[in-house]
Amino acid sequence: MNTKTFDSADPLIIAGKSYGSRLLTGTGKYKDFDETRRATQAAAAEIVTLAIRRVNIGQDASQPNLLDALPPDEFTLLPNTAGCYNAVDAVRTCKLARELLDGHKLVKLEVLGDQRTLFPDVVETLKAAETLVADGFDVMVYTSDDPILAKRLEEIGCVAVMPLAAPIGSGLGIQNRYNLLEIIENAKVPIIVDAGVGTASDAAIAMELGCDGVLMNTAIAGAKDPVLMAHAMKLAIQAGRAAFKAGRIPRKRFASASSPIDGTIG
Amino acid sequence: MYITLNGSPRDCAPATTVAQLLQEAGYGSRRVAVEVNHQIVPRSQHTSHGLSEGDQVEIVHAIGGG
Repeated sequence: MNTKTFDSADPLIIAGKSYGSRLLTGTGKYKDFDETRRATQAAAAEIVTLAIRRVNIGQDASQPNLLDALPPDEFTLLPNTAGCYNAVDAVRTCKLARELLDGHKLVKLEVLGDQRTLFPDVVETLKAAETLVADGFDVMVYTSDDPILAKRLEEIGCVAVMPLAAPIGSGLGIQNRYNLLEIIENAKVPIIVDAGVGTASDAAIAMELGCDGVLMNTAIAGAKDPVLMAHAMKLAIQAGRAAFKAGRIPRKRFASASSPIDGTIG
Repeated sequence: MYITLNGSPRDCAPATTVAQLLQEAGYGSRRVAVEVNHQIVPRSQHTSHGLSEGDQVEIVHAIGGG
């Protein structure tokens, strides 16, 4: 199958916009903006996350900017609320992002519970999601792998629900595939695994389960060769998606011969 | 007068505007967003929005993140 035909026939649609790539990437932890750009290109990512932070008053303000490396006319920018531990700060951060990016509505909401696990604070996440949706934001929401919460966030009006596979930055891979399956099968919005992927096979598993996409940062940026890992992730996402669409064989406990049994000699 | 800029106290002239503050801080021509007392000050109002004693000002930009 030609990859290009495949992609165009099977777009990922978020908030009414079609994307050919199902790999969303973060822009943190890279050595420099050049590496960020090369890895993002190798991943063929179209949606890239970024963080909103205070400028360093007193430091040279003319230093290169992330938006020079990843211009908004080339990529769909997804400002996140990483580092927010309550709904109020998360909403403020999204409003700042909207102002910064000239009315941009698409945001990644994450409200964290504690610094050790970086697990989402789902109570504050629900509050923030309600406020942001009412204010006109298109909210892609990071959450735990709880099917009930995922449904609740969809009902609030989030445009994508993004359960974790494992803790942020842990690289542990898909820890609870049955919860993810439950979330996927009940969803009417894209389900994107966000956080916990370690290597290419993890991304492929997520896609084989039927996830609509995977968002990752550390697995690429923290690899010894981030650009090569970005390439590997792109292939894994494509392979996993194709395998999901193809429909895998059922698992059986006993063997089933691949060659015909009839007509053997002797 | 004193304001709080990105969490630190800063002395500035009375009635300084947001645009003047950005200029003084070196961010006059940079892509940033500004919040005063938890309210966004849109770019179109930077030249007209005057600051007051005790204002809490945040100037933010985009950086790499996941």
